[in-house]
Amino acid sequence: MSADVRLENVWIRFGDFVAAREVNLHIQEGEFFTILGPSGCGKTTLLRAVSGFLDPSEGDILIGGNNVAGIGPNRRPTALIFQNLALFPLMTIWENITFSMEVKGAGKSERRKRAEELLELIALPGQGEKMVNELSGGQKQRVAIARALCAQPDVLLLDEPLSALDLKLRQHMRTELRAIQQQVGITFIYITHDQGEALTMSDNVAVMREGIVEQVCDGTTLYDHPDTSFVASFVGENNLFKGKVTEISDGVATVDTPEGILRGVVSKNESSAVNVGDTAFLFVRPESFRYGNGADTTNSVTAKVYYQEFEGHFWQVFLDTPTEKRVKMSFVNDGEEPEHNRGDEVSVWFPERVGTVLPEGPLAAE
Amino acid sequence: MGIVTYWQDFFHRNGVSVAVFLIVSVGFWIFMMILLPQFFMLDFSIRANVPPPKFGTEEHYYTMEHYKYMIFGSAQATESYNIIDLTVFFRTIFAAIVVTMIDLALCYPIAYYLAHVATGGWSRLMVLSLIVPFWVNEILRAFAFKIIFGSTGVINNTLVAIGILSEPYDFIRNDVALWAGLSYAFILLMIFPIYNAVESLDKNQIEAARDLGSPWWRIHWRIVVPHAKPGISSGCTMVFMLTAGALAAPQILGGPSSLWFTQIIYQGFNQAGNWARGSAYAIVLLITCIIFVLVMMKVFKVKFGEMMR
Repeated sequence: MSADVRLENVWIRFGDFVAAREVNLHIQEGEFFTILGPSGCGKTTLLRAVSGFLDPSEGDILIGGNNVAGIGPNRRPTALIFQNLALFPLMTIWENITFSMEVKGAGKSERRKRAEELLELIALPGQGEKMVNELSGGQKQRVAIARALCAQPDVLLLDEPLSALDLKLRQHMRTELRAIQQQVGITFIYITHDQGEALTMSDNVAVMREGIVEQVCDGTTLYDHPDTSFVASFVGENNLFKGKVTEISDGVATVDTPEGILRGVVSKNESSAVNVGDTAFLFVRPESFRYGNGADTTNSVTAKVYYQEFEGHFWQVFLDTPTEKRVKMSFVNDGEEPEHNRGDEVSVWFPERVGTVLPEGPLAAE
Repeated sequence: MGIVTYWQDFFHRNGVSVAVFLIVSVGFWIFMMILLPQFFMLDFSIRANVPPPKFGTEEHYYTMEHYKYMIFGSAQATESYNIIDLTVFFRTIFAAIVVTMIDLALCYPIAYYLAHVATGGWSRLMVLSLIVPFWVNEILRAFAFKIIFGSTGVINNTLVAIGILSEPYDFIRNDVALWAGLSYAFILLMIFPIYNAVESLDKNQIEAARDLGSPWWRIHWRIVVPHAKPGISSGCTMVFMLTAGALAAPQILGGPSSLWFTQIIYQGFNQAGNWARGSAYAIVLLITCIIFVLVMMKVFKVKFGEMMR
């Protein structure tokens, strides 16, 4: 069974510190939902509130339509996968997996059978007799998932479970987690500070900053149409140009920046709208820049190539403008030598539909 | 690795002065403080009881008479077994077991609380208040218990004043003071090993078990206790050994009718002038305790190496 999760006006305070500020979220049944944010933004606190380890100072949490206030973690239809997995090292794998059944008093043969089914699901058949420390990092990861699934939760909560794995394994586990979620069909709430994980796995992502939910939407919207300057600077790489809005027409704002007159799209979201005369931020993704001048030479910036970094599948180019702004651009590695060398004077431009104009606001820490 | 290379490596790693210090001090400790006294005790226990001038003479012959005496009593006795000494012996062992259980029951919750519930200043204050009373000498502490449990002590006065008792209860004669004193005497040796073991448990494991639906008692039974088992066995071993060998508390707090086995050993040495018999009794107590502990470790599947962590 799966259930939706609703957070209604949730505040969580620790003394003077506010970990969650008027959070309203509706996580659909069967959805892979990610809460993304830098460390200390309150995302883990929010997850602990959903799992029942702490109570919100204000507001309600509803799971499957039921208010879970006052219900302890052992009686909530949620299962939590911890950042360090928290497998029980003194139990065998099958005992770990079926601990939730042991609690309910299920017999040994029934538990063995269920353990074997789940071991099949996580592609570790016949490994039930092993001890936890005999498994590799990825295998432990999967056992933790099986243990949580064994409790037949309506909602599975995952607290940065991939952060301890190395890059290759992490990428592999992303695919696997997504596949498991589709197979079991229950709601997943996933916590991460890694935007790659958020974008690849999730149906929807909520971005948090200092206890505030900044934006909730699907991955592509989040990347292409951020609602706030924080989201724009936290999710993916972005170049920021600051200036005064001189004109708005057809959803395109003209911003007078020290680097030149630049144009970009204004947010459709009303709360993120800008007006003529406002100071605004114009964001341009590194991959949106191209060498040369635009059709009517608007949206171009002149700069000097400072450094070129080879990242494998793409090149990262750092440009210095005459106004001493560092601009990042990137292009796909097509096997050719880069067009320009260090020290070259170049002109770069971007199409106005990929520029994002947002009101001035807080930015993500570098 | 050969023994020669081992020692070469030992000197190389520690430097000559430190290596020599370690060897001499540890060697002195083991030989002078442990092996030699035990050896002389063993020797005394299997020789006839003669005054020191006759040591080494023909009258100082080897004999098992002291061990026989403990089991069968004197040849002139009417009973076929030494009922008095054997009763005291088994009662002492039994009492040591009970005291160990009492301490375990008291200390496990305290240790768990200190390690996983109490925070910062409060937990430090608790540890301090556990330790400070032990700055007072053991004998003084026993006398303090005697005063507290006395017929006009705080406890009796309070109970009589609030009307629970109509007249003072004789805690001393009924051995309540003795049990309390013994349980308290070695309580730190139970708390700290368990605390160390419990403290190293990842809190997330407790939360994970709770999240998977476990009630609190099962979390302890399946997660905390198995993790703390080495500490628990280490604490139990120490408390059991020391309680079985305790002298001050039984001497001071024991009722007129209660006798502790160590008191009989003490009498052998200091009153009866029979060092040989005292030694034999001490050896029996030591070996029985060691065997008991080893059997318990086997039963609870505890390994020596784990306990030393």
